Amino acid sequence: MLIGRVIGAVWATQKQASHEGQKILYVQPLNLDGSDRGDPLLALDAVDAGAGERVLVTTEGWSAMTAVDRPNSPIDMAVIGIIDTIELEPGTI
Amino acid sequence: MFLGKVVGNVVCTVKNSILEGKKILVVQPLNREGKPKGKPVIALDSVGAGAGETVYWCRGREASFAWFPDEVPTEATIVGIVDHVDIPTRATTDTHG
Repeated sequence: MLIGRVIGAVWATQKQASHEGQKILYVQPLNLDGSDRGDPLLALDAVDAGAGERVLVTTEGWSAMTAVDRPNSPIDMAVIGIIDTIELEPGTI
Repeated sequence: MFLGKVVGNVVCTVKNSILEGKKILVVQPLNREGKPKGKPVIALDSVGAGAGETVYWCRGREASFAWFPDEVPTEATIVGIVDHVDIPTRATTDTHG
């Protein structure tokens, strides 16, 4: 799993039937210090997250499908948590 | 999933029989600014995408689930055609907390 920031949403009319009714979030992965880590990804929303929120993203298919209750679907990423805080040992960053 | 733009297609006369009738497209991944980033990938199409369209694609074992229960040998599949990407500015400026 990884930590990310929801930076927006993606709208698609023509898509896989298993994606119907699902919110597609545009998520920027983050390093522990809050800086950007790589390029943004698209994840289905399992927790009703919104723009600006820091979230937990699973990047593995089974977990993602299970989180949005769409088994055997072409879904490889899902937002599965909204992060309140992250506690780190001093000197970790 | 990732954002990309369809920039071409691949034609194979000889191929796995399960791939018959399926479109094989070349997809250029896009960055946050909508600009090309990284190397293009080859993906099967499951939604009727075409050249020049912005799409999103799924990778890995899950890519073949677009045709479930058929077992299609693919590691990348286009699963949606993007209408638009909505990025509120506050979400891009708020980087902490």
